[in-house]
Amino acid sequence: MTENNKLIEVRGLCKDFGDNKVLKDINTDIMKGEKVVVIGPSGSGKSTFLRCLNCMEDPTAGAIIFGGENIADMSVDINVHRQKMGMVFQHFNLFNNKTVIENIMLAPILIGKKNLKKQKKDNLLIKLHLKKGEVIPVTTSVSEITANAREKAIELLKRIGLEEKADAYPSSLSGGQKQRVAIVRSLAMDPDVILFDEPTSALDPEMVGEVLELMKDLANQGMTMVVVTHEMGFAKEVGTRIIFMDEGRFVEEATPEEFFAHPKSERAIEFLSKVL
Amino acid sequence: MNGFSLKIEKFLEILIERGGYKEVLIGLQNTVLIAVAGLIIGTVIGTLIAAVRVLPKYSKIVKALDGFCSFYVGLFRGTPMVVQLLVFYYVMLPLMGIRMSSVVVAITVFGLNSGAYISEIMRAGILSVDPGQMEGARSVGLSYTSAMMKIVIPQAIKNILPTLGNEFIALIKETSVVSFVGAKDLYLAFQSIGSGTYEYMVPYLAMAIIYIVIVCLITLGIKVMERRLRKGDRK
Repeated sequence: MTENNKLIEVRGLCKDFGDNKVLKDINTDIMKGEKVVVIGPSGSGKSTFLRCLNCMEDPTAGAIIFGGENIADMSVDINVHRQKMGMVFQHFNLFNNKTVIENIMLAPILIGKKNLKKQKKDNLLIKLHLKKGEVIPVTTSVSEITANAREKAIELLKRIGLEEKADAYPSSLSGGQKQRVAIVRSLAMDPDVILFDEPTSALDPEMVGEVLELMKDLANQGMTMVVVTHEMGFAKEVGTRIIFMDEGRFVEEATPEEFFAHPKSERAIEFLSKVL
Repeated sequence: MNGFSLKIEKFLEILIERGGYKEVLIGLQNTVLIAVAGLIIGTVIGTLIAAVRVLPKYSKIVKALDGFCSFYVGLFRGTPMVVQLLVFYYVMLPLMGIRMSSVVVAITVFGLNSGAYISEIMRAGILSVDPGQMEGARSVGLSYTSAMMKIVIPQAIKNILPTLGNEFIALIKETSVVSFVGAKDLYLAFQSIGSGTYEYMVPYLAMAIIYIVIVCLITLGIKVMERRLRKGDRK
């Protein structure tokens, strides 16, 4: 694999919560198009690892290199990078005060407006010779940004068959519907990778299927995914690499075929005997 | 009972024929103006203070701001409103050499004072919103400020609306002390009607009724607003 295929590089990642060392010196690369499934017993640091990837938890030490920058560095504008790293949560975290379609449109509109404002400001400064550079003509407008965001949101809702729920509030949706909306909300920014933090753990058993189906769909379209899950079936079927974590370390890394058929470490054998 | 109806007659005569209603209307206008403007200023100040106080305390700037905010809240909660009015009007303004009408003084002090109370109400409101809402907003690339303004604070306001209504009612009633700095409120209007005849019974009774009516109207308004804001809730 060439250097260009690396999407996220994790170097020496450590995370402490007080005296509790949750992640201990983790190194890995996540390649474009990879479907990494992270499994392990509870308290092993899976979720913390995932949440460190987009700095939802600030790493105590180490580097996360994404888009050519170390995003673990506090001076980097993390918001720009998070637009390219979608995240799906166990408890959906849809915005309760917004309708379904507003949930999906919020980030594209706000960020579009912000960029437009910045571009106009830069152009003005350049015209006044207060800043060097070339004037980039403004080609869009607030109404165009809004219209595009709405069009895209409707398209995304159609994809999950929930376009008639566009103006409903999240409280009127079922768990499975909420999670599917949350997934397309993360797609609205055209991310390079989506991080899934136990996306089906808070769902009724009968709703797990619809969410996994959508995730498989994304996987088939080539989306890079990092998934923390207890769904071993999904891990086997969709995963291209399994990471087995225990006590803050990667105990095993292997393809699903190899990992499920011939787990090497004792801890993994024990874990698999319990969950399979 | 005869005496009471006579008193009412006299009151109505002053109120209607001798133009007493004008004073009452001005008083009513000032009372409502001071309370409403005070509440708006207070909500803005309170939201800002609350937003500072829930910030994660990493940097020294945040710590310093937080310290200033606690000092502010302590100062305004630690002294009676009348004292704040008097100090502002008779101490601060002359020292700074500024002239202000007494209504403007009252609005300023009421805004500053309610800001201190509302900041605590708002802080509780912000803390009552599920942290997942902030995480969800940050995960799509919103800045802390945008996430706060668009997602967390609107939900916090919905949660604290009943308490905020309480604060508004308290403000309306507390306006009765603004006559200390010469602002013409409801109390001063009825007091001057009474002093014309040395007959205070009916004017003060009428004043009490007006206060009750205002508070009932506010209560109703809050209920309507609450119902509207709750449209996103579980049915």
